[in-house]
Amino acid sequence: MEIPKSFLGYKRENGRAGTRNHVIILPVDDISNACAEAVANNIKGTIALPHSYGRLQFGADLELHFRTMIGTGCNPNVAAVIVIGIEPKWTKRIVDGIAKTGKPVEGFHIERTGDIGTTMKASKKAQEFVMWASEKQREECPISDLWISVKCGESDTTSGLASNPTVGNLMDKLEPLGVHLCFGETSELTGAEKVCATRGATKEASDKFMKTWNDYNDFILKEATDDLSESQPTAGNIAGGLTTIEEKAFGNFQKIGNCKFIDVLEPAEEPKKGKGLYFMDTSSAAAECVTLQAAAGFNIHLFPTGQGNIVGNPIEPVIKLTANPLTVKGMGEHIDCDVSKILSREMNLSEAGDELIKTTLRVANGRLTCAEALGHKEFVMTKLYRSA
Amino acid sequence: MATDIIIHDKKDNVGVVVIEKITPKQDCKCWVMEDDSSANIQSLDEIPLGHKIAMTDLNEGDTVLKYGHDIGKVVKSIKKGQHVHVHNVKTKKW
Repeated sequence: MEIPKSFLGYKRENGRAGTRNHVIILPVDDISNACAEAVANNIKGTIALPHSYGRLQFGADLELHFRTMIGTGCNPNVAAVIVIGIEPKWTKRIVDGIAKTGKPVEGFHIERTGDIGTTMKASKKAQEFVMWASEKQREECPISDLWISVKCGESDTTSGLASNPTVGNLMDKLEPLGVHLCFGETSELTGAEKVCATRGATKEASDKFMKTWNDYNDFILKEATDDLSESQPTAGNIAGGLTTIEEKAFGNFQKIGNCKFIDVLEPAEEPKKGKGLYFMDTSSAAAECVTLQAAAGFNIHLFPTGQGNIVGNPIEPVIKLTANPLTVKGMGEHIDCDVSKILSREMNLSEAGDELIKTTLRVANGRLTCAEALGHKEFVMTKLYRSA
Repeated sequence: MATDIIIHDKKDNVGVVVIEKITPKQDCKCWVMEDDSSANIQSLDEIPLGHKIAMTDLNEGDTVLKYGHDIGKVVKSIKKGQHVHVHNVKTKKW
């Protein structure tokens, strides 16, 4: 198949391109959710991103909070941003971070004004932003403007046999075209970590990966009770035939095909070494991982599933694929790309990779994903430790 | 062309059932992805889609190989053709 060289995206002020054109209402903290949701309810076509944190965090955990907030606002799938927080200082820090992209952003703080007054002021600005954004048109963008993140979930053995290698096949075909790619799930590479480390493009990247994996594994060993039964693998993984974390890890690892990763990113860190594959240190929980990848600037997500994970994200479209025929049959409304014919050997991996490329481009051009049509907007912050 | 079991790597001692289920004493056709070779095995257990079958006899302490790699240890001996899962295999990690 000849791979299209372009897609229709939204060109942004900083040179990036979006596959979506969202106007978001971003609460800085948990207690500003109500106001953000009130604004989104007032002004049609905007979307609030409520979450659970943002108060009394400190150190690396607070830095991650800011990085996630600012990165979400900076994502090219976002046209404009309203930031609402309880206090002015942290609100301004997020506004200033997003403003560097050149996109419209305005902050409001609730203290001394209250929810109702803030909702009114923020709603007026949100109306202005959404009407401005509604005139943006999709334009032809080079395929290298795609930043593709991947993460699998509710995996079973069909993931490792077929749907994850299908993503790997797509990576092998798109990497030479200059796209950015990202995989994560540090804990879920356990058992395959040494093999994964050999896939660093440089010794520095390999060493950085091993340090990241060791740190995460030490944390798990410290907190684990007996083992991680029913968390890694999950009860769903086990029902699907996965027996151990090692088996799950080798299946997971199929997603990167033959690509080598050029750098290891902190959670929600924007890649800075140009085109190619990156590893990001993330949890293996679906919504947390996708939220971090979206905050790093990735604009389209591929999500292979076995037993049928249903996750979505408010700003980054999440494309689901599965090779499990029972999942296609039982929950087809969640599946954007069916590659189950690999198991019956009526389709080979290269054909499946081509199908996934076609689906990815249709979604990049504006076709809604199943998760978008079904209203999945999971926005889940990663928290590193307790607040002060 | 019809395949009941797919094996990732020729070094593997387990295969994955890729039809809805296999039943005891079923003669199953296996396909090895790595070198496109074929094999046959008779099952001893009912094994559902996605679950693993032992391709050889495995003793307690043996290493289970899939993708050509170590995916855990046998904790209860397994006969060729039996179901391989959490009841007879455990992680070597956590």
